This record gives sequence, structure tokens and C-alpha cells, in this order.
Amino acid sequence: MFSNFDFGVIIRALPYLFYEGMTFTLLLTGLAALGGLVFGTAIALMRLSGYKILGRIAGVYVDFMRSLPLVLVIFWFYFLVPYIGQWVTGASRPISVGAFASSLITFIMFEAAYFSEIMRAGIQSISRGQPAAANALGLTYAQTMRYVVLPQAFRNMLPVLITQTIVLFQDTSLVYVLSITDFLGAASKVAQRDGRLVEMYLFAAIVYFTISCIASFGVRRLQARIAIIR
Amino acid sequence: MIEISHVNKWYSPTFQVLTDCTTSVTKGEVVVVCGPSGSGKSTLIKCVNALEPFQSGDISVDGTKVNDPKTNLPKLRSRVGMVFQHFELFPHLKIIDNLCLAQQKVLGRSSDQAVAKGMQLLERVGLKEQAQKFPAQLSGGQQQRVAIARALAMDPIVMLFDEPTSALDPEMVSEVLDVMVDLAHEGMTMMVVTHEMGFARKVANRVIFMDRGEIVEDAPKEDFFGQPRSDRAQKFLSKILSH
Repeated sequence: MFSNFDFGVIIRALPYLFYEGMTFTLLLTGLAALGGLVFGTAIALMRLSGYKILGRIAGVYVDFMRSLPLVLVIFWFYFLVPYIGQWVTGASRPISVGAFASSLITFIMFEAAYFSEIMRAGIQSISRGQPAAANALGLTYAQTMRYVVLPQAFRNMLPVLITQTIVLFQDTSLVYVLSITDFLGAASKVAQRDGRLVEMYLFAAIVYFTISCIASFGVRRLQARIAIIR
Repeated sequence: MIEISHVNKWYSPTFQVLTDCTTSVTKGEVVVVCGPSGSGKSTLIKCVNALEPFQSGDISVDGTKVNDPKTNLPKLRSRVGMVFQHFELFPHLKIIDNLCLAQQKVLGRSSDQAVAKGMQLLERVGLKEQAQKFPAQLSGGQQQRVAIARALAMDPIVMLFDEPTSALDPEMVSEVLDVMVDLAHEGMTMMVVTHEMGFARKVANRVIFMDRGEIVEDAPKEDFFGQPRSDRAQKFLSKILSH
């Protein structure tokens, strides 16, 4: 059944697929996960802070982001930000934001909403006695969070955080709407140039599947290890 | 050292947890707070280092008003040691790091100073060998001794104990109480919420009996055990001393 297929096209395209495509995908995944974690933690702390207004702002943000399809956010953000930038800076033309910067900011904003909910659950999983003990020793709120609560919350939530990052890794393929050359974008370009759609999309699927599978397996190993330490 | 005057705390107008509590602890004194569960004794002791807020009244520690918004609470708390019912060691840190964290971050001691102080205190509570272990690897009694050492590492001027032996298996109670008795004999100012009447008899100067958020009895140890004035204290004593 594969007699009509030319798998050589994949081998010829490998350098392009991985040097251009996969590098972009991994870079976007890594930076978005990092940024999402930092901002997500900040949002989680806002939601858990005693200040009602901060909590409301964070809550509205999270609900807003989670109620929109990611593809739409990517799309809108890319086309809107230049105009918002123009409006903010008062420039005469729309500000040009590169496709990478635009997609990275979008993913950070979007993932922050999801990571914040994970971190919130993680922080709430720490018994109230822990911050009380830290406070009783004279640690300030910031020190209590940094040295006592967040390290534990992060550790408890590590498997979930990595799982979310695997989802993010797959979701980065959505940047195709901006015609960016991520891994899928690169595969798609080669496929259309050479008219080898089935081979290239099959290969792309196998690559995403393999990487996600290995990462998931790693998470299970990690979970087992953490379970022993605790 | 600790002045508590007319402290009231409520969660709602109909749910009063502390009612007009007034008492004091002078330097070098050991005061035991007892009473039935839900009587507000833990809440009262947590008000002393402002872990629990209260609505009216005043508490001052060593002349510093706890309920003054201008008070630097972290600084005040760093001078008030506290030991919790459930130990509350930091599970992600080794024992020695549990002792060093606040010394370094709050008091600004160097790593060497903090470790030296920590090891000295671990030796004192008989746990020097456990320094490199994690809290979960220790028994409850050992963990509570570490918690006491952790509080002492800050060189506190007063120690608060919130039911330090209530979460322990019976055979581990005495190892913790021994440490506390030693501490009392060395002249540490202590406020102890506990049901251990043996401990109270041995080292307390005064006993405070609380019920339903009120200080019902505040008497020297001899008077309290000899002849409690209130019915409620008598009933309570007869219940816990009958076994």
C-alpha cells in the first residue's frame, strides 16, 4: 500500500524540519512554559492574597483566557497588537511585532491562566500550619512564599506542570495560522512543495507522538520518585 | 514580658472565641494554659505573636504592642519562639536547614554561624545524628524536639507552646516534655497550652484555666491543684486526673 509513497522526501527534508522547525517549536514551548509559570504563579498569588480587588482581577483574567479558543487568541493577538501598540505609543503607523514575539507573548498569557490554576491548587495543598510556622519564625510574607510554600507547591505540582507543558508543546503547532515555520509548519511547507502530504503529515504525527510519549513516560517515573521521597 | 489585657475576638457577632481575656507572663515565669477543647486556649496563645488577629483589647510582648499596625510583626515574631501541635517542620528541607533558614534569612547570620548554632541545639535535644535527614524520616517525638530546637535557634526571649505533645504517641510524650522541663529550669519564659498536668505540677509557676473563651481561673500552681475556686475548673481537673 505504500508503493506510491516516497519516504525519501522526509530524509531530504530532515535538516530543515529539525533545524528550523523543531528548534522553533522547542524554543517557543520552553520560553512559554517558563513565562507561563512565572506569571501563572504571580496570578495564583494574587488570587490567594487577602486583597479582594487583586483576586477579582486575577479571577476575571483566568476565566477570560480559559473561555477563548487558543487559535482565536493567537490570531487576534497577532493582528490586534500592532494597533494597540500604535494607540498606546501614539505612533502614526501600526507597530510591527514579529511573529515570534507575538506568538510567544500570546502563549505566555494563555498558559499563565492554566499554570496559575495548577499553582493555586499546589499552594492550597500546603497545610496552613506551614506558613504559620514560617511567620512565627519571623519570615516575611515574601520569604515565606519563596522559601517555604512555593518550593513545596512546585514539587507537589511538578507532574501536572510537566503534563501541561506537553499539551503546550502540541498546542504550539497552532502558530500555523500565522504562517510561522514551526515543526508542523515546516513539514507542511515541504509537503505542499513536493506534493507529499501523506508522508510529511504522517511523519510529523509520529514525531509529536514520540516526543510527547517519552515526556509522559518521564512524568510517570518522576511521580513514582516523588511519591517515595514524601 | 507578655501583657494581655481585655482581649476580645469574634468571628461573627454571635460567635465569640475570646471574651475579655486579661493575664500576664513575667520574665522567667512558666505559665500553663489548660481547659477543655474549644475553650480558646490555642487561639489566645496564637494572638500573642499575632498569628491570629483579635478585634479589641491589647497584647504587648516585651513592651511592643502586637496589635499596633505600625509594629514590625516579622521582627517581633523572630524574638518569640513558637512550637506547634503538628510540629510544622518544613518537609522539603533537611533538619539542619530547617534550623538555619530563619537564622540566615531573618537574623542575617552567616551559613557557618547558623549551622554551628543549629548543631549545638540539635545536640542539646539529642538529635545531632539526624541533621542530614528529612523531617519525614524522624519520629513524631524527634520532629517536635527539632521544632523546639528550631525555635530556640532564634534566641527567643519567650517561648510559646501550642499543645506540643497532643499529636504524639504516648511513648514519645516524655522525650519532648523532658526538653521543655530543662528549658524551664534554665529560666526560659514560657507560655504552654497543654493537658499534661504532670508537666504543670513540675515546672509551672501559674496555671490559667480557660472555658468558652474566658479565663476562668488564673492562679499559682499550688492553689490551682490544691483548691480550684471555680466549679468548671474542678470538673475539668477531676475528669483529666481521674485516670
